[in-house]
Amino acid sequence: MLQVKEIHTYYGLSHILFGVSLEVGKGEIVCLLGRNGAGKSTTMRSIMGLTPPRSGYIKYKGVTCTGQKPYLLARQGMGYVPDNRRVFADLTVGENLEISKGKPKDGKGWDKDRVYDFFPDLKKIDSRKAGFLSGGEQQMLTIARALMTNPDLLLLDEPTEGLAPLIIKMLEEQIARLKESGLTVLLAEQNLSVALRLSDRAYVIDNGSIRYHGTSKELQENDEVRQKYLCV
Amino acid sequence: MEFASNITIAAIFQQVLVGLSRTTILFIVASGLSLVLGVLRIPNVAHGSLYMIGAFLAYTIATLFGGGTAGFWLALIIAPLGVALISFIAERGLFCHLYEREHLMLLLFTFSFTLVFGDLVKLVWGSDYRSLSAPVFMQGSFSIFDLPFPRYNLFLLVIGPLVALGLWFLTNKTKIGKIARAAAVDREMVGAVGINVSRVFAAVFVIGCFLAGLGGALVAPTQNITQGMDHAIIIEAFLIVIIGGLGNMWGALLGALIFGLTDSMGILLWPQFAIVFPYIAVIIVLLFRPKGLLKSTW
Repeated sequence: MLQVKEIHTYYGLSHILFGVSLEVGKGEIVCLLGRNGAGKSTTMRSIMGLTPPRSGYIKYKGVTCTGQKPYLLARQGMGYVPDNRRVFADLTVGENLEISKGKPKDGKGWDKDRVYDFFPDLKKIDSRKAGFLSGGEQQMLTIARALMTNPDLLLLDEPTEGLAPLIIKMLEEQIARLKESGLTVLLAEQNLSVALRLSDRAYVIDNGSIRYHGTSKELQENDEVRQKYLCV
Repeated sequence: MEFASNITIAAIFQQVLVGLSRTTILFIVASGLSLVLGVLRIPNVAHGSLYMIGAFLAYTIATLFGGGTAGFWLALIIAPLGVALISFIAERGLFCHLYEREHLMLLLFTFSFTLVFGDLVKLVWGSDYRSLSAPVFMQGSFSIFDLPFPRYNLFLLVIGPLVALGLWFLTNKTKIGKIARAAAVDREMVGAVGINVSRVFAAVFVIGCFLAGLGGALVAPTQNITQGMDHAIIIEAFLIVIIGGLGNMWGALLGALIFGLTDSMGILLWPQFAIVFPYIAVIIVLLFRPKGLLKSTW
Protein backbone atom coordinates (compact mmCIF):
# COMPACT_ATOMS: atom_id res chain seq x y z
CA MET A 1 0.00 0.00 0.00
CA LEU A 2 2.63 2.50 1.09
CA GLN A 3 6.37 2.37 0.64
CA VAL A 4 8.65 5.13 1.94
CA LYS A 5 12.27 4.82 0.85
CA GLU A 6 15.23 6.79 2.19
CA ILE A 7 13.48 10.14 2.39
CA HIS A 8 15.27 13.30 3.50
CA THR A 9 12.98 16.16 4.47
CA TYR A 10 13.87 19.75 5.35
CA TYR A 11 12.03 22.71 6.83
CA GLY A 12 13.80 25.52 5.05
CA LEU A 13 17.44 24.95 5.97
CA SER A 14 16.92 22.54 8.83
CA HIS A 15 17.35 18.92 7.98
CA ILE A 16 14.64 16.93 9.80
CA LEU A 17 14.41 13.45 8.33
CA PHE A 18 17.58 11.49 7.56
CA GLY A 19 16.74 8.66 5.21
CA VAL A 20 13.51 7.40 6.71
CA SER A 21 12.21 4.17 5.18
CA LEU A 22 9.06 2.31 6.11
CA GLU A 23 6.36 0.16 4.60
CA VAL A 24 2.69 -0.31 5.30
CA GLY A 25 0.83 -3.29 3.85
CA LYS A 26 -2.82 -3.36 2.91
CA GLY A 27 -5.12 -3.82 5.89
CA GLU A 28 -2.37 -3.30 8.47
CA ILE A 29 -2.14 -0.85 11.31
CA VAL A 30 1.49 0.21 11.55
CA CYS A 31 2.61 2.55 14.28
CA LEU A 32 5.39 5.07 14.25
CA LEU A 33 6.65 5.70 17.75
CA GLY A 34 8.95 8.40 18.97
CA ARG A 35 9.40 11.25 21.38
CA ASN A 36 8.42 14.86 20.76
CA GLY A 37 10.46 16.23 17.88
CA ALA A 38 11.66 12.81 16.75
CA GLY A 39 10.23 13.31 13.27
CA LYS A 40 6.84 11.56 13.45
CA SER A 41 4.77 14.48 12.19
CA THR A 42 7.33 15.38 9.55
CA THR A 43 7.19 11.81 8.25
CA MET A 44 3.41 12.07 8.05
CA ARG A 45 3.60 15.46 6.34
CA SER A 46 6.15 14.13 3.87
CA ILE A 47 3.88 11.23 2.93
CA MET A 48 0.87 13.53 2.53
CA GLY A 49 2.89 15.85 0.29
CA LEU A 50 2.63 18.81 2.67
CA THR A 51 6.41 19.00 3.12
CA PRO A 52 7.72 16.92 0.22
CA PRO A 53 11.07 15.19 0.77
CA ARG A 54 14.08 16.53 -1.14
CA SER A 55 15.44 13.09 -1.86
CA GLY A 56 14.21 9.53 -1.62
CA TYR A 57 10.82 8.43 -2.88
CA ILE A 58 7.36 7.50 -1.70
CA LYS A 59 5.24 4.90 -3.48
CA TYR A 60 1.53 4.72 -2.88
CA LYS A 61 -0.45 1.79 -4.30
CA GLY A 62 2.67 0.89 -6.26
CA VAL A 63 3.00 4.26 -7.97
CA THR A 64 5.63 6.85 -7.12
CA CYS A 65 3.84 9.87 -5.68
CA THR A 66 6.74 11.94 -4.31
CA GLY A 67 6.07 15.65 -4.73
CA GLN A 68 2.47 15.24 -5.76
CA LYS A 69 -0.02 17.87 -4.56
CA PRO A 70 -1.80 16.95 -1.31
CA TYR A 71 -5.28 17.36 -2.81
CA LEU A 72 -4.47 14.83 -5.54
CA LEU A 73 -3.15 12.35 -2.97
CA ALA A 74 -6.32 12.86 -0.93
CA ARG A 75 -8.40 12.08 -4.01
CA GLN A 76 -6.40 8.90 -4.53
CA GLY A 77 -7.42 7.74 -1.09
CA MET A 78 -4.88 9.13 1.32
CA GLY A 79 -6.63 10.45 4.41
CA TYR A 80 -4.74 12.81 6.71
CA VAL A 81 -5.52 13.51 10.37
CA PRO A 82 -3.09 16.20 11.56
CA ASP A 83 -1.53 16.20 14.99
CA ASN A 84 -2.95 19.43 16.33
CA ARG A 85 -6.49 18.66 15.12
CA ARG A 86 -6.94 21.69 12.88
CA VAL A 87 -10.69 21.54 12.42
CA PHE A 88 -12.18 24.30 10.27
CA ALA A 89 -13.08 26.37 13.31
CA ASP A 90 -15.43 28.84 11.59
CA LEU A 91 -17.55 26.09 10.09
CA THR A 92 -20.11 23.92 11.84
CA VAL A 93 -19.44 20.22 12.39
CA GLY A 94 -21.77 19.38 9.51
CA GLU A 95 -20.10 21.90 7.19
CA ASN A 96 -16.66 20.52 8.08
CA LEU A 97 -17.85 17.14 6.84
CA GLU A 98 -19.74 18.42 3.79
CA ILE A 99 -16.82 20.25 2.24
CA SER A 100 -14.54 17.25 2.78
CA LYS A 101 -16.82 14.80 0.99
CA GLY A 102 -14.97 13.00 -1.77
CA LYS A 103 -16.24 11.01 -4.70
CA PRO A 104 -16.83 7.38 -3.69
CA LYS A 105 -14.61 5.05 -5.65
CA ASP A 106 -16.77 1.94 -5.57
CA GLY A 107 -20.31 3.14 -4.89
CA LYS A 108 -20.40 2.76 -1.10
CA GLY A 109 -18.39 5.74 0.06
CA TRP A 110 -18.63 7.63 3.32
CA ASP A 111 -21.34 10.24 3.68
CA LYS A 112 -22.53 12.30 6.60
CA ASP A 113 -25.06 9.71 7.79
CA ARG A 114 -22.52 6.91 7.79
CA VAL A 115 -19.97 9.04 9.62
CA TYR A 116 -22.59 9.99 12.21
CA ASP A 117 -23.44 6.31 12.67
CA PHE A 118 -19.78 5.73 13.34
CA PHE A 119 -19.40 8.72 15.68
CA PRO A 120 -22.88 9.19 17.22
CA ASP A 121 -21.51 11.95 19.46
CA LEU A 122 -20.90 14.14 16.42
CA LYS A 123 -24.49 13.85 15.23
CA LYS A 124 -25.72 15.66 18.34
CA ILE A 125 -23.47 18.64 17.67
CA ASP A 126 -24.01 18.84 13.91
CA SER A 127 -24.79 22.55 13.90
CA ARG A 128 -22.19 23.66 16.43
CA LYS A 129 -19.15 25.64 15.31
CA ALA A 130 -16.12 23.35 15.27
CA GLY A 131 -14.05 25.95 17.12
CA PHE A 132 -16.26 25.53 20.19
CA LEU A 133 -15.84 21.76 20.53
CA SER A 134 -13.91 19.94 23.24
CA GLY A 135 -10.57 18.33 22.40
CA GLY A 136 -12.11 14.86 22.11
CA GLU A 137 -14.91 16.10 19.88
CA GLN A 138 -12.44 17.92 17.66
CA GLN A 139 -10.34 14.77 17.36
CA MET A 140 -13.41 12.75 16.36
CA LEU A 141 -14.27 15.43 13.83
CA THR A 142 -10.81 15.38 12.22
CA ILE A 143 -11.02 11.60 11.86
CA ALA A 144 -14.58 11.87 10.56
CA ARG A 145 -13.49 14.56 8.12
CA ALA A 146 -10.70 12.33 6.81
CA LEU A 147 -13.18 9.44 6.44
CA MET A 148 -15.42 11.66 4.29
CA THR A 149 -12.65 11.74 1.68
CA ASN A 150 -13.07 7.91 1.34
CA PRO A 151 -9.54 6.93 2.29
CA ASP A 152 -7.85 3.59 1.73
CA LEU A 153 -4.89 4.65 3.86
CA LEU A 154 -5.36 6.78 6.94
CA LEU A 155 -2.44 8.81 8.29
CA LEU A 156 -3.29 9.32 11.95
CA ASP A 157 -0.96 11.74 13.69
CA GLU A 158 -1.09 11.46 17.49
CA PRO A 159 -4.85 11.08 17.86
CA THR A 160 -4.64 10.61 21.63
CA GLU A 161 -2.51 13.67 22.34
CA GLY A 162 -3.86 15.70 25.24
CA LEU A 163 -7.06 13.70 25.68
CA ALA A 164 -8.63 12.23 28.80
CA PRO A 165 -8.18 8.45 29.38
CA LEU A 166 -11.86 7.71 28.83
CA ILE A 167 -11.85 9.49 25.46
CA ILE A 168 -8.62 7.72 24.49
CA LYS A 169 -10.24 4.37 25.20
CA MET A 170 -13.22 5.29 23.05
CA LEU A 171 -10.98 6.45 20.18
CA GLU A 172 -8.94 3.27 20.43
CA GLU A 173 -12.10 1.22 19.92
CA GLN A 174 -13.09 3.33 16.93
CA ILE A 175 -9.68 2.94 15.30
CA ALA A 176 -9.87 -0.83 15.83
CA ARG A 177 -13.28 -0.79 14.15
CA LEU A 178 -11.84 1.15 11.22
CA LYS A 179 -9.24 -1.56 10.76
CA GLU A 180 -11.97 -4.20 10.77
CA SER A 181 -13.70 -2.32 7.98
CA GLY A 182 -10.58 -2.85 5.86
CA LEU A 183 -8.84 0.49 6.30
CA THR A 184 -5.04 0.65 6.37
CA VAL A 185 -3.62 2.92 9.05
CA LEU A 186 -0.26 4.53 9.72
CA LEU A 187 -0.45 5.69 13.30
CA ALA A 188 2.06 8.11 14.80
CA GLU A 189 1.93 7.94 18.58
CA GLN A 190 3.66 8.71 21.85
CA ASN A 191 1.17 6.68 23.81
CA LEU A 192 2.97 3.36 23.67
CA SER A 193 0.33 1.14 25.25
CA VAL A 194 -2.46 2.33 22.95
CA ALA A 195 -0.24 2.14 19.87
CA LEU A 196 1.03 -1.38 20.61
CA ARG A 197 -2.45 -2.70 21.35
CA LEU A 198 -3.76 -1.35 18.03
CA SER A 199 -0.90 -2.07 15.67
CA ASP A 200 0.53 -5.10 13.93
CA ARG A 201 3.99 -3.71 13.41
CA ALA A 202 5.97 -0.84 14.86
CA TYR A 203 8.72 1.54 13.79
CA VAL A 204 10.66 3.57 16.33
CA ILE A 205 11.95 6.93 15.12
CA ASP A 206 14.48 9.16 16.88
CA ASN A 207 16.33 12.25 15.64
CA GLY A 208 14.89 11.80 12.19
CA SER A 209 16.00 8.22 11.61
CA ILE A 210 14.27 4.87 12.06
CA ARG A 211 16.02 3.12 14.98
CA TYR A 212 14.00 -0.03 15.30
CA HIS A 213 11.51 -2.04 13.34
CA GLY A 214 9.60 -5.14 14.35
CA THR A 215 6.23 -6.54 15.22
CA SER A 216 4.42 -4.83 18.03
CA LYS A 217 4.82 -7.92 20.15
CA GLU A 218 8.60 -7.88 19.71
CA LEU A 219 8.80 -4.25 20.69
CA GLN A 220 6.65 -4.93 23.73
CA GLU A 221 9.28 -7.42 24.87
CA ASN A 222 12.32 -5.37 23.92
CA ASP A 223 13.03 -3.31 27.03
CA GLU A 224 16.31 -1.94 25.72
CA VAL A 225 14.86 -0.21 22.65
CA ARG A 226 11.90 1.08 24.63
CA GLN A 227 14.11 2.61 27.27
CA LYS A 228 16.64 4.05 24.88
CA TYR A 229 14.31 5.76 22.43
CA LEU A 230 10.96 6.08 24.16
CA CYS A 231 11.95 6.48 27.83
CA VAL A 232 9.46 3.88 29.00
CA MET B 1 -18.98 81.51 9.94
CA GLU B 2 -22.32 79.94 9.32
CA PHE B 3 -21.55 76.91 11.37
CA ALA B 4 -24.36 74.38 11.47
CA SER B 5 -27.05 76.98 10.88
CA ASN B 6 -28.87 74.87 8.30
CA ILE B 7 -29.35 71.72 10.33
CA THR B 8 -32.95 70.60 10.36
CA ILE B 9 -34.51 67.19 10.79
CA ALA B 10 -35.24 67.10 7.09
CA ALA B 11 -31.67 67.98 6.19
CA ILE B 12 -30.31 65.31 8.50
CA PHE B 13 -32.64 62.75 6.94
CA GLN B 14 -31.57 63.81 3.49
CA GLN B 15 -27.89 63.52 4.35
CA VAL B 16 -28.43 60.11 5.94
CA LEU B 17 -29.85 58.92 2.64
CA VAL B 18 -26.95 60.47 0.74
CA GLY B 19 -24.55 58.80 3.16
CA LEU B 20 -26.24 55.44 2.75
CA SER B 21 -26.00 55.58 -1.02
CA ARG B 22 -22.29 56.37 -0.68
CA THR B 23 -22.11 53.45 1.75
CA THR B 24 -23.44 51.16 -0.97
CA ILE B 25 -20.56 51.93 -3.31
CA LEU B 26 -18.00 51.75 -0.53
CA PHE B 27 -19.39 48.47 0.76
CA ILE B 28 -19.40 46.80 -2.64
CA VAL B 29 -15.80 47.77 -3.32
CA ALA B 30 -14.53 47.11 0.21
CA SER B 31 -16.28 43.73 0.53
CA GLY B 32 -14.49 42.54 -2.59
CA LEU B 33 -11.18 43.75 -1.22
CA SER B 34 -11.90 42.12 2.13
CA LEU B 35 -12.83 38.81 0.50
CA VAL B 36 -9.53 38.64 -1.36
CA LEU B 37 -7.60 39.79 1.69
CA GLY B 38 -9.31 37.33 4.02
CA VAL B 39 -9.23 34.19 1.89
CA LEU B 40 -6.19 34.64 -0.36
CA ARG B 41 -4.23 36.89 2.01
CA ILE B 42 -3.46 39.23 -0.86
CA PRO B 43 -3.57 42.96 -0.03
CA ASN B 44 -4.72 43.83 -3.53
CA VAL B 45 -3.84 47.48 -4.08
CA ALA B 46 -4.91 47.06 -7.71
CA HIS B 47 -8.50 46.62 -6.50
CA GLY B 48 -9.01 50.36 -6.98
CA SER B 49 -7.70 50.14 -10.53
CA LEU B 50 -10.26 47.45 -11.31
CA TYR B 51 -12.93 49.77 -9.92
CA MET B 52 -11.73 52.50 -12.27
CA ILE B 53 -11.67 50.10 -15.21
CA GLY B 54 -15.21 49.07 -14.26
CA ALA B 55 -16.33 52.69 -14.51
CA PHE B 56 -14.60 53.30 -17.85
CA LEU B 57 -15.90 50.02 -19.28
CA ALA B 58 -19.41 50.95 -18.17
CA TYR B 59 -19.06 54.27 -20.00
CA THR B 60 -17.84 52.57 -23.18
CA ILE B 61 -20.49 49.88 -23.18
CA ALA B 62 -23.31 52.33 -22.47
CA THR B 63 -22.08 54.62 -25.26
CA LEU B 64 -21.75 51.70 -27.64
CA PHE B 65 -25.39 50.84 -27.11
CA GLY B 66 -26.58 54.37 -27.69
CA GLY B 67 -26.50 55.63 -24.13
CA GLY B 68 -30.14 54.80 -23.41
CA THR B 69 -31.75 52.71 -20.71
CA ALA B 70 -30.75 49.44 -22.35
CA GLY B 71 -27.18 50.65 -22.65
CA PHE B 72 -27.08 51.44 -18.94
CA TRP B 73 -28.32 48.01 -17.89
CA LEU B 74 -25.97 46.24 -20.26
CA ALA B 75 -23.09 48.34 -18.96
CA LEU B 76 -24.02 47.46 -15.41
CA ILE B 77 -23.86 43.75 -16.22
CA ILE B 78 -21.06 43.54 -18.78
CA ALA B 79 -18.56 45.97 -17.20
CA PRO B 80 -18.14 43.98 -13.97
CA LEU B 81 -17.93 40.77 -16.00
CA GLY B 82 -15.20 42.38 -18.11
CA VAL B 83 -13.32 43.27 -14.95
CA ALA B 84 -13.82 39.72 -13.69
CA LEU B 85 -12.32 38.40 -16.94
CA ILE B 86 -9.28 40.66 -16.58
CA SER B 87 -8.79 39.49 -13.00
CA PHE B 88 -9.20 35.86 -14.05
CA ILE B 89 -6.40 36.22 -16.59
CA ALA B 90 -4.20 38.01 -14.03
CA GLU B 91 -4.88 35.33 -11.41
CA ARG B 92 -4.24 32.30 -13.60
CA GLY B 93 -1.31 33.90 -15.33
CA LEU B 94 0.48 35.55 -12.42
CA PHE B 95 -1.09 35.65 -8.96
CA CYS B 96 -1.57 31.90 -8.62
CA HIS B 97 2.20 31.41 -8.62
CA LEU B 98 2.72 33.84 -5.76
CA TYR B 99 0.40 32.70 -2.97
CA GLU B 100 3.21 31.38 -0.84
CA ARG B 101 5.18 34.63 -0.97
CA GLU B 102 5.26 37.02 1.95
CA HIS B 103 2.76 39.87 2.17
CA LEU B 104 5.25 42.60 1.33
CA MET B 105 6.05 40.92 -1.99
CA LEU B 106 2.38 40.59 -2.79
CA LEU B 107 1.77 44.21 -1.84
CA LEU B 108 4.54 45.40 -4.15
CA PHE B 109 3.34 43.09 -6.88
CA THR B 110 -0.23 44.37 -6.77
CA PHE B 111 1.10 47.92 -6.56
CA SER B 112 2.93 47.37 -9.83
CA PHE B 113 -0.44 46.40 -11.25
CA THR B 114 -1.92 49.76 -10.28
CA LEU B 115 0.75 51.39 -12.44
CA VAL B 116 0.17 49.02 -15.33
CA PHE B 117 -3.61 49.35 -15.16
CA GLY B 118 -3.36 53.12 -14.76
CA ASP B 119 -1.33 53.39 -17.97
CA LEU B 120 -3.61 50.96 -19.77
CA VAL B 121 -6.60 53.13 -18.94
CA LYS B 122 -4.71 56.17 -20.21
CA LEU B 123 -3.86 54.33 -23.45
CA VAL B 124 -7.39 53.12 -24.06
CA TRP B 125 -9.50 56.01 -22.84
CA GLY B 126 -7.10 58.93 -22.87
CA SER B 127 -6.91 61.41 -20.04
CA ASP B 128 -10.23 63.17 -20.63
CA TYR B 129 -13.12 63.15 -18.21
CA ARG B 130 -15.95 60.86 -19.15
CA SER B 131 -19.47 60.84 -17.88
CA LEU B 132 -22.31 58.42 -18.06
CA SER B 133 -25.92 59.34 -17.49
CA ALA B 134 -28.36 57.18 -15.63
CA PRO B 135 -31.43 55.97 -17.53
CA VAL B 136 -34.17 58.56 -17.89
CA PHE B 137 -36.41 57.18 -15.18
CA MET B 138 -33.54 57.38 -12.69
CA GLN B 139 -32.60 60.94 -13.60
CA GLY B 140 -33.59 63.99 -11.61
CA SER B 141 -34.71 64.07 -8.04
CA PHE B 142 -37.78 63.65 -5.96
CA SER B 143 -38.36 65.51 -2.78
CA ILE B 144 -38.23 64.25 0.75
CA PHE B 145 -39.50 66.81 3.28
CA ASP B 146 -39.15 69.43 0.53
CA LEU B 147 -35.47 68.63 0.02
CA PRO B 148 -34.29 67.04 -3.23
CA PHE B 149 -32.93 63.52 -3.31
CA PRO B 150 -31.49 62.06 -6.52
CA ARG B 151 -33.49 59.16 -7.90
CA TYR B 152 -30.33 57.29 -8.84
CA ASN B 153 -29.26 57.23 -5.19
CA LEU B 154 -32.49 55.49 -4.34
CA PHE B 155 -31.52 52.82 -6.86
CA LEU B 156 -28.19 52.45 -5.04
CA LEU B 157 -30.05 52.01 -1.77
CA VAL B 158 -31.83 49.02 -3.29
CA ILE B 159 -28.66 47.50 -4.77
CA GLY B 160 -26.62 47.71 -1.55
CA PRO B 161 -28.73 45.31 0.52
CA LEU B 162 -29.09 43.00 -2.49
CA VAL B 163 -25.32 42.68 -2.80
CA ALA B 164 -24.99 42.14 0.94
CA LEU B 165 -27.62 39.42 0.80
CA GLY B 166 -25.91 37.82 -2.18
CA LEU B 167 -22.58 37.78 -0.37
CA TRP B 168 -24.17 36.33 2.75
CA PHE B 169 -25.70 33.58 0.64
CA LEU B 170 -22.42 32.94 -1.14
CA THR B 171 -20.30 32.62 2.00
CA ASN B 172 -22.79 30.75 4.17
CA LYS B 173 -24.93 28.64 1.89
CA THR B 174 -22.76 27.59 -1.04
CA LYS B 175 -20.06 24.95 -0.99
CA ILE B 176 -17.47 27.29 -2.43
CA GLY B 177 -18.28 29.84 0.25
CA LYS B 178 -17.81 27.28 3.00
CA ILE B 179 -14.54 26.12 1.47
CA ALA B 180 -13.41 29.74 1.22
CA ARG B 181 -14.16 30.27 4.91
CA ALA B 182 -12.17 27.16 5.77
CA ALA B 183 -9.29 28.17 3.50
CA ALA B 184 -9.15 31.62 5.10
CA VAL B 185 -8.07 29.91 8.32
CA ASP B 186 -6.18 26.80 7.16
CA ARG B 187 -5.54 26.46 3.45
CA GLU B 188 -3.12 23.56 3.84
CA MET B 189 -5.73 21.43 5.58
CA VAL B 190 -8.31 22.28 2.91
CA GLY B 191 -5.92 20.80 0.35
CA ALA B 192 -5.39 17.74 2.52
CA VAL B 193 -9.09 16.83 2.36
CA GLY B 194 -8.92 16.68 -1.42
CA ILE B 195 -9.96 20.18 -2.44
CA ASN B 196 -8.08 21.96 -5.20
CA VAL B 197 -7.39 25.14 -3.25
CA SER B 198 -5.86 26.89 -6.22
CA ARG B 199 -9.14 26.74 -8.12
CA VAL B 200 -11.11 27.96 -5.13
CA PHE B 201 -8.69 30.87 -4.80
CA ALA B 202 -9.15 31.74 -8.47
CA ALA B 203 -12.93 31.81 -8.01
CA VAL B 204 -12.74 33.94 -4.87
CA PHE B 205 -10.31 36.34 -6.50
CA VAL B 206 -12.56 36.73 -9.52
CA ILE B 207 -15.63 37.30 -7.35
CA GLY B 208 -13.77 39.92 -5.31
CA CYS B 209 -12.62 41.74 -8.44
CA PHE B 210 -16.11 41.47 -9.95
CA LEU B 211 -17.29 43.49 -6.96
CA ALA B 212 -14.68 46.17 -7.69
CA GLY B 213 -15.95 46.36 -11.26
CA LEU B 214 -19.56 46.47 -10.09
CA GLY B 215 -18.73 49.33 -7.73
CA GLY B 216 -17.09 51.21 -10.58
CA ALA B 217 -20.03 50.66 -12.92
CA LEU B 218 -22.50 51.74 -10.24
CA VAL B 219 -20.61 54.89 -9.32
CA ALA B 220 -20.19 55.95 -12.96
CA PRO B 221 -23.46 57.93 -13.29
CA THR B 222 -22.84 59.83 -10.05
CA GLN B 223 -19.46 61.39 -10.78
CA ASN B 224 -16.88 62.13 -13.44
CA ILE B 225 -15.03 59.09 -14.63
CA THR B 226 -11.37 60.07 -14.43
CA GLN B 227 -7.82 58.96 -13.98
CA GLY B 228 -7.08 58.96 -10.29
CA MET B 229 -10.40 57.58 -9.11
CA ASP B 230 -8.47 54.37 -8.42
CA HIS B 231 -6.27 55.99 -5.78
CA ALA B 232 -9.15 57.73 -4.06
CA ILE B 233 -11.21 54.58 -3.64
CA ILE B 234 -8.42 52.21 -2.66
CA ILE B 235 -7.43 54.29 0.35
CA GLU B 236 -11.03 54.47 1.52
CA ALA B 237 -11.60 50.78 0.86
CA PHE B 238 -8.51 49.74 2.81
CA LEU B 239 -9.47 51.93 5.76
CA ILE B 240 -12.95 50.43 5.73
CA VAL B 241 -11.57 46.90 5.70
CA ILE B 242 -9.16 47.75 8.51
CA ILE B 243 -11.74 49.33 10.82
CA GLY B 244 -14.21 46.55 10.05
CA GLY B 245 -11.78 43.69 10.71
CA LEU B 246 -9.63 42.16 7.97
CA GLY B 247 -11.47 39.65 5.88
CA ASN B 248 -14.78 40.10 7.68
CA MET B 249 -17.64 40.76 5.29
CA TRP B 250 -19.90 42.31 7.92
CA GLY B 251 -16.96 44.36 9.13
CA ALA B 252 -16.73 45.79 5.62
CA LEU B 253 -20.42 46.70 5.81
CA LEU B 254 -19.99 48.32 9.20
CA GLY B 255 -16.87 50.18 8.09
CA ALA B 256 -18.61 51.40 4.94
CA LEU B 257 -21.54 52.65 7.02
CA ILE B 258 -19.22 54.56 9.32
CA PHE B 259 -17.32 56.00 6.40
CA GLY B 260 -20.37 56.89 4.32
CA LEU B 261 -22.37 58.41 7.15
CA THR B 262 -19.59 60.45 8.74
CA ASP B 263 -18.80 61.77 5.28
CA SER B 264 -22.37 62.93 4.59
CA MET B 265 -22.92 64.23 8.11
CA GLY B 266 -19.66 66.14 7.85
CA ILE B 267 -20.98 67.91 4.78
CA LEU B 268 -23.98 69.03 6.78
CA LEU B 269 -22.08 70.03 9.90
CA TRP B 270 -19.05 71.73 8.49
CA PRO B 271 -18.86 71.63 4.69
CA GLN B 272 -15.38 73.17 4.31
CA PHE B 273 -13.97 70.58 6.66
CA ALA B 274 -16.15 67.62 5.65
CA ILE B 275 -13.41 65.54 4.09
CA VAL B 276 -11.70 64.85 7.41
CA PHE B 277 -14.72 63.50 9.29
CA PRO B 278 -14.43 59.89 8.04
CA TYR B 279 -10.72 59.86 8.85
CA ILE B 280 -11.36 61.11 12.36
CA ALA B 281 -13.89 58.30 12.72
CA VAL B 282 -11.23 55.83 11.57
CA ILE B 283 -8.76 57.15 14.14
CA ILE B 284 -11.34 56.90 16.92
CA VAL B 285 -12.25 53.33 15.97
CA LEU B 286 -8.62 52.25 15.81
CA LEU B 287 -7.81 53.90 19.15
CA PHE B 288 -10.38 51.70 20.84
CA ARG B 289 -10.35 48.65 18.57
CA PRO B 290 -6.91 48.43 16.94
CA LYS B 291 -7.81 45.10 15.31
CA GLY B 292 -11.07 46.39 13.85
CA LEU B 293 -14.65 46.28 15.03
CA LEU B 294 -15.45 42.69 14.11
CA LYS B 295 -13.38 39.53 14.25
CA SER B 296 -10.56 39.49 11.74
CA THR B 297 -9.72 36.29 9.87
CA TRP B 298 -6.01 37.09 10.13
